[in-house]
Amino acid sequence: MVDIEHGAEVEPARPLVKIRDLKMYFPIHSGLFRTHVGDVKAVDGISFDIMPGETLGLVGESGCGKSTVGRSILRLYDVTAGTVEINGFEIAHVDRDSLRSKRPMMQMIFQDPQASLNPRMTVANIIGEPLDEHMKLSPEERLARIYELMDWVGLNHVFAKRYPHEFSGGQRQRIGVARALALNPKFIVCDEPIAALDVSIQAQVVNLLENLQKRLNLTYLFISHDLSMVRHIADRVAVMYLGRIVEIASREKLFAEPLHPYTQALLSAVPEPDPESERNRKPIVLQGDVPSPANPPKGCNFSTRCPKVMDICRQIEPGIYDFGDGRQVACHLYSESMTMTGEPTAGETTN
Amino acid sequence: MTDAPVLVPATGPDTSGRSQWWDVWDQFKTHKGALFGAAVFLFIVLAVTLGPLVWTLEPTFIDIRARNSGPTLVHPFGTDQLGRDILARMMAGGQVSIAVGLTAMLISVLLGTLIGVTSGYFRRLDNVLMGLTNLFLALPLLPLLLVMVMLFRETLARSFGPEMGTFILIVSAIGVTSWMQTARIVRGEVLALKEREFVLAARSIGTPPRRMILRHVLPNVLSPIMVSATLGIATAIITESALSFLGLGFPPDFPTWGRLLFDAVDYLQQYPERVFWPGLAISLTVLSVNYIGDGLRDALDPRIRGR
Repeated sequence: MVDIEHGAEVEPARPLVKIRDLKMYFPIHSGLFRTHVGDVKAVDGISFDIMPGETLGLVGESGCGKSTVGRSILRLYDVTAGTVEINGFEIAHVDRDSLRSKRPMMQMIFQDPQASLNPRMTVANIIGEPLDEHMKLSPEERLARIYELMDWVGLNHVFAKRYPHEFSGGQRQRIGVARALALNPKFIVCDEPIAALDVSIQAQVVNLLENLQKRLNLTYLFISHDLSMVRHIADRVAVMYLGRIVEIASREKLFAEPLHPYTQALLSAVPEPDPESERNRKPIVLQGDVPSPANPPKGCNFSTRCPKVMDICRQIEPGIYDFGDGRQVACHLYSESMTMTGEPTAGETTN
Repeated sequence: MTDAPVLVPATGPDTSGRSQWWDVWDQFKTHKGALFGAAVFLFIVLAVTLGPLVWTLEPTFIDIRARNSGPTLVHPFGTDQLGRDILARMMAGGQVSIAVGLTAMLISVLLGTLIGVTSGYFRRLDNVLMGLTNLFLALPLLPLLLVMVMLFRETLARSFGPEMGTFILIVSAIGVTSWMQTARIVRGEVLALKEREFVLAARSIGTPPRRMILRHVLPNVLSPIMVSATLGIATAIITESALSFLGLGFPPDFPTWGRLLFDAVDYLQQYPERVFWPGLAISLTVLSVNYIGDGLRDALDPRIRGR
């Protein structure tokens, strides 16, 4: 467990990232006059908080909108509706100039280290680009800062003049991390930072991310479909299905006792390292495909594939039920025992 | 990891003090075709610029008694139907043709790149600019050129003199009517590049569009621009000859390679060697420029460089 220094504070800290009812629709145009015929609802009304120094894991299968959430939060897309507040500043709807001055506090690490580095720029220029944009540094100061960043991520200084294609995948991802760190951000969105790497390199990069978090007190939104990696790095985990968050809970609780049927199915697919328990593992196999986000089913999004589907699921969209301790589930199964809540609560970070 | 910055890398020389243009030159040198092309192009340019200093016969001097002569010591390339020395005319014509080719290519590539990048990068302008491009592609170019020449020749000739005026007119007419291919290719490349993650990364840093284009987009669309630029020189030289042939380019007694070629076509049966020289010069120029472009494109790409 990552030790978080200000977890000891008596008063609960204000969340660093506060997302309310975020929606990101991509319009579909078709026909002769390119009329607007519908939307791909990639992100359809999600809310969560991230506390300072915390890592929130965001999991879900391909195409469920994980990456879109990460990109919308950083305003790489113009969000359709909802609010994003980072460190007290509204991000989702401010104009470009005031957004630019807020850029340094939020950064992103990308999935494909090959595609996220400009092949025609040297490492020094890639890492130095944020410095050029936001700081007035003399050439010597700039170089010193670049070397410092390269030290942080464990890159040799002599690499500074080389080009991205000369590096291995892990080294490239380190360059990406160094670029994200250049402006001393508070919040970093890690968009599947290890998915494109060899298994042997994944651990390296994850450990690097953890060390940097400890050292620089960073807050991560860690997007991944690798559940074991999320289990390793995240403090809390949010599970997404078709543009919505179906369950959010602390890591221990989520992995020990998943409540939402989708989470149960997702976790049952993780192989056990112990052959004895692996033999007894009964994966829940979901039938059918994920419905199109352009035309989500009526009621609960998961109702078409849910093994525990009830009549109400096909009619009414489930509310969010709060189990306390920052645990929330969006499922009708728990409608009797629980009272509905609109406001998500921030998870308290366990030690 | 806190290695001292003075550490010398295990492989390769220490390139820290070197400008990257030396790397570009090193790579360019390894491309045999490009070196050869550069040598040929340099030779042609030197021949047409410095040649007249050595070969002092006037290209417009008419020696009617020596007309239609074959290659002799006095006229190494022979003379035309009016007895003008073809070698002198080749050199004078080369100056004009190469100048027209290079300038028209520059205009068309600049215009094409500008329109291609803006229409690919700014979605709002895409429809308008691509509509314009398609409109230009659909226009019958030769009548358009004729109208432009009719309209502007007199005014330009009055303000810049007949030769300079015609030069400006022809160069801009060719440039303005040949940028469309470049624009479409560049737009396509920019559309693809825009979705690459390093452009997203730059957006997440807050890089404004102007620097985004200069830093991330343009260097990565360099290859197609380079290719269309080298091909553009050829088209420009040939379009200029077509215009001269129609009597709408330079004045008839003013030699260009295209003009020489078309004059010689009338005598193709009797004196086929007269087509040969301007044809060879045009082909060699175009070919050498193509090879130079090829080598430059490779040399400017860090992925190929140093391999």
